[in-house]
Amino acid sequence: MSQTKDVLISPIFNNNPIALQILGICSALAVTTSLNTTLVMCIALTTVCAFSNLFISLIRNHIPSSIRIIVQMTIIASLVIVVDQILQAYAYAISKQLSVFVGLIITNCIVMGRAEAFAMKNPPMPSFLDGVGNGLGYSVVLLFVGVIRELFGSGSLFGVNILPLVADGGWYQGNGLLLLPPSAFFIIGLFIWLLRSYQPEQVEESDFDIMPQSANTEAHHA
Amino acid sequence: MKAIQSFFERIEPNFTKGGKFHALFPLYEMFDTFFFQPSTVTGSAAHVRDGLDLKRVMITVWLATFPAMFYGMYNLGYQANTAMAAMGITEVDNWHGAIISLLAGYDPNSLWDCFWHGAAYFVPIYVTTFVVGIAWELLFAVKRNHEINEGFFVTSVLFALIVPPSVPLWQVALGISFGVVIGKEVFGGTGKNFLNPALTGRAFLFFSYPAQMSGDTVWTAVDGFSGATPLSQLASGGVDSLQQPSGEMLTWFDAFSGNIQGSIGEVSGIAILLGAALLLLTRIASWRIMAGVLLGMVATSLLFNAIGSETNPMFSVPWHWHLVVGGFLFGAVFMATDPVSAAMTDTGKWVFGALIGVMVVLIRVVNPAFPEGMMLAILFANLCAPLIDHYVVQANIKRRVARSG
Repeated sequence: MSQTKDVLISPIFNNNPIALQILGICSALAVTTSLNTTLVMCIALTTVCAFSNLFISLIRNHIPSSIRIIVQMTIIASLVIVVDQILQAYAYAISKQLSVFVGLIITNCIVMGRAEAFAMKNPPMPSFLDGVGNGLGYSVVLLFVGVIRELFGSGSLFGVNILPLVADGGWYQGNGLLLLPPSAFFIIGLFIWLLRSYQPEQVEESDFDIMPQSANTEAHHA
Repeated sequence: MKAIQSFFERIEPNFTKGGKFHALFPLYEMFDTFFFQPSTVTGSAAHVRDGLDLKRVMITVWLATFPAMFYGMYNLGYQANTAMAAMGITEVDNWHGAIISLLAGYDPNSLWDCFWHGAAYFVPIYVTTFVVGIAWELLFAVKRNHEINEGFFVTSVLFALIVPPSVPLWQVALGISFGVVIGKEVFGGTGKNFLNPALTGRAFLFFSYPAQMSGDTVWTAVDGFSGATPLSQLASGGVDSLQQPSGEMLTWFDAFSGNIQGSIGEVSGIAILLGAALLLLTRIASWRIMAGVLLGMVATSLLFNAIGSETNPMFSVPWHWHLVVGGFLFGAVFMATDPVSAAMTDTGKWVFGALIGVMVVLIRVVNPAFPEGMMLAILFANLCAPLIDHYVVQANIKRRVARSG
């Protein structure tokens, strides 16, 4: 039981796909300007990741090793198409805003990575939970980024105005940088900083030691 | 001097290990070494013995900005007073105004009135920059156990000099915070940053709050005033269209001497060149970088002059105008020569400088979104500096291998 729980929980903070493995960053930059799109993207990715893990795990013993990537891609692509069609049917406006990024879930390294690294070696139930867990890990980071970008960039959350903008007669000056994609890099960086201050064991070994500013010794007064 | 020294010696035990204020040692160390050269020397390999330590270097750069700073204050007030006289406004209706009317009036012809008017705007910006920045520096120095470096003197004054006069103070605080923390401290502090922290802070403000950092209304701190800077006039109408907000013709000497509106410290070429002379005489700034920037700029603008364009008047702007408008001189003298973020090798410095010169003209002429390109050009070259150095070193190794077999 504890192992099942571990599979589900550890990707959220201990082994976060974005913060520790640095995977799936492209969509984190693109869809986080507003929380509506962020949330839908999180749900879409979690669904795809969970079910692709489940199905791949179910047939893992029948997939010839030499064509396994193609089989995985076929399953993932089919799931993405299903998600995309559902979004277009029931949430057309948001599907428009997400544009190509739903389709690009196919190439999201998290989905592919979990299929290859976990689902191919484990039974269906843990694989499903692993997919859900990694989806949640992705969601935590995206929501963190999305909240900061929407709140401080356009003064609202889920489109509801929280900080009244100067343009509408309020006092808050929206931060334009947060509405540009590069700001997501800064925020993800700060998230990783925060996470690693809290869990120092996640800090990677340095490639080389940074030299001290100066190694001081008392001067020999001649 | 003796009294100051004995004072520092007396309070030192409070800050060393076991003392009451041990956590604040970096602060003590900062003031101590500000007054007295420390007796400690570098113990690790590869170092140069030099009477001029990093603090003295930084203080010299700080002093070198003084002509630009004082002239900038005067000009800020002069532009504002002139605009107010033209618009019929008799006093500034905010807390700046309260400070101004304490000691001066609003006469554009009075040196003191203009200077004091400028000081009422510049000093609060500078103080905000300094206090907020030093608070971050101190926090990181205490947490990360390194020294507070006078590099911040330079960063803060440069940052304060490259913002528009009317910038809100909270934006100043936010900008310098970003510059110091993201531009410098996360990479390990002074000497380990790959971007110029002052420019990083300004770039943050530029993209975050474009309404307060660009456009026609921010360069002279008078409510309701609107006047295009020489650069944006050049972009829309070429050299012949240049005029002062009052409608008079704007001559090259106006732009060179600093009778134009703009960011506080960047307006006067003469004042900046005075600072440049000090930096070059003391060999603190690299003449190779400055020359490289100039060469790159002249070559690229001559190229654009030769190409010509029917629709874009910037193509025909000659190099001597590129030289005096916008932040070109200020950037070339004070920003590009930042010893940390620039290229380190001699050949690299030429390439680094030339890259800035080329990029600045390229951005000014071809990119319609940004009238000024100096900030982005320098930041871009900062990013390329390690690469430039790498290839210079590799080329050197190859040459020596070829020579000695």
